[in-house]
Amino acid sequence: MKLGFILGEVGSGLRRNLSMVVSVVLVTLISLTFVGTAALMQMQITQMKGYWYDKVQVAIYLCGEHNEGTNCAEGAVTEGERGEIKSMLGSAAVKPYVDNFEYESKEQALTHFREQFENSSMSETVTADQLPESFRVSLVDPEKYQIIKELFSSMDGVDVVVDQRELLEKIFSIINIASFVAIGIAGVMILCAVLLVGTTIRLSAYLRRRETGIMRLVGASKSSLQLPFVLEGVISALIGALLASGVLWAAVRFLIDDKLALDYKDTAFISTGEVFMVAPWLILLGVVLAGVSSLVTLRRYLKV
Amino acid sequence: MIRFENVTMVYDQKSRLGSENARPGLDDVTIEIDRGDFAFLVGASGSGKSTFLRLILREIVATGGSVHVAGQNVARISSWRVPKLRRGIGVVFQDFRLLPQKNVFENVAFAMQVVGESRSAIRDHVPEVLKLVGLEGKEKRQPDELSGGEQQRVAIARAIANKPQILLADEPTGNLDPATSVGIMNVLDRINQNGTTVIMATHDDGIVNSMRRRVVELSLGKIMRDEIAGEYTSMIPVINQDGTRELRQADHSTWHRPSTGNQAFAPFDTEDDMP
Ligand SMILES: Nc1ncnc2c1ncn2[C@@H]1O[C@H](COP(=O)(O)OP(=O)(O)OP(=O)(O)O)[C@@H](O)[C@H]1O
Ligand SMILES: [Mg+2]
Repeated sequence: MKLGFILGEVGSGLRRNLSMVVSVVLVTLISLTFVGTAALMQMQITQMKGYWYDKVQVAIYLCGEHNEGTNCAEGAVTEGERGEIKSMLGSAAVKPYVDNFEYESKEQALTHFREQFENSSMSETVTADQLPESFRVSLVDPEKYQIIKELFSSMDGVDVVVDQRELLEKIFSIINIASFVAIGIAGVMILCAVLLVGTTIRLSAYLRRRETGIMRLVGASKSSLQLPFVLEGVISALIGALLASGVLWAAVRFLIDDKLALDYKDTAFISTGEVFMVAPWLILLGVVLAGVSSLVTLRRYLKV
Repeated sequence: MIRFENVTMVYDQKSRLGSENARPGLDDVTIEIDRGDFAFLVGASGSGKSTFLRLILREIVATGGSVHVAGQNVARISSWRVPKLRRGIGVVFQDFRLLPQKNVFENVAFAMQVVGESRSAIRDHVPEVLKLVGLEGKEKRQPDELSGGEQQRVAIARAIANKPQILLADEPTGNLDPATSVGIMNVLDRINQNGTTVIMATHDDGIVNSMRRRVVELSLGKIMRDEIAGEYTSMIPVINQDGTRELRQADHSTWHRPSTGNQAFAPFDTEDDMP
């Protein structure tokens, strides 16, 4: 069987069955977009973990003028209290847990804040006085955060002890939930796609029963009988997968690269590079699902 | 070339067990058709003619006995080698079965494309075949621009495009008028003279009677007679004493019922049929 002949048959099949082919393309597009989104969200989490985990610290916020924390009744932290906290951080009891620590004044806090929220209007209106001073503590083992919290929470002049990792974990769990939802939708859509490919191939086999009947009689091999139909399903799915990759690329390019990444300079975001890592798998998934679904259908509806 | 050994074809095994009056499409048929033979398959509707042809093509597999084509027991051929068997067999039907959106040339070329013939082989061979069936100059016509006879010629051309050793025709003249039928028979005869074994199921008594070829008559799935140069019917009209007419079995001395074990007209083609 010559390739040109097979491709001609595929072409005529695609034309004759155009509306079904379009629906296969669209359903594959949607299902694979969801699969890809879930994958990209997981990659975003990994990215953020890698970027943040060695940077995030435990922040010991000190009392400002108007804090209402239990230890802040006497107003802003005093020089003495600050010194005591500092020496506590250096004490034998605490030292084994602390990798290093650093004091951040109100002014430094403002600078960091401005860097982080460069593009947002908030950075203009915030003043140094509104931001608390703090000690930034890096732990040897971030899991031992509870010990630091217990030791410092009750000290005079300490407003609150915050584990920044906890904040991150919250973000991660939100992203995780979102990707589970995406996977769920993707699962349903993939099922739709597989069934639709089956139906399309069945319809196509029915529309071309004259040709296949004659092909069987003149001795077409099983593969040359089935290949045009399988290719029809696979090509439709391939188009859907390519479109899905395109949609993901555009989403990352215009939503993340051009917007989020500029707004939140301090955060690591995935970029179009990650899309290029995901896309081949989406294409493979689409092609394999369509191929298997076509073959299974043909076993029933196109016997040799 | 083709040998049936006690072939029985029961279409619906379950219903046969269930109901009394269900009968097999073919019932214990034993026959041999030699290379180069031209055989007519006659018999009433439902007598098993199409079943006979479909068994040769291995569209269906006999439920009893064995069918040998070119020395092979077709039931033993694995499904992926069935296409190879079919390439050696051409088939023609009453309803032509041309592809309406392809022209004459393309319809014939299709059979060659399907089995992977090269473009140049197709370009050389298709005009030859069209000439053989008498369709020179009509290559570019669409099927709906052809008469029934011409369409059947295209179908025959397609059936022999891959040079099969066997040509099966299931009522090829069923839709054609007598004059056109004669033309088709001439084409089939020419193909047979080129060495192709032809088996033709037909209801056309005129054709059978004038061709004087081998006639195999089936009735209710059994072989009724097998004559070397037979006529369409073994029945002759008899006028009864009360004035009614009916058909009776004629007592014809040239009949040879297979049940007598007389295989003189169909000797085994042993050298061909040894697997
Ligand atoms: N696919 C099938 N399933 C069940 N029974 C069938 C099938 N095909 C044929 N039969 C039965 O087998 C018997 C023989 O049918 P067959 O088609 O061989 O007859 P035929 O001689 O070709 O008739 P006709 O001259 O009308 O074409 C009939 O009783 C028919 O009902
Ligand atoms: Mg029939």
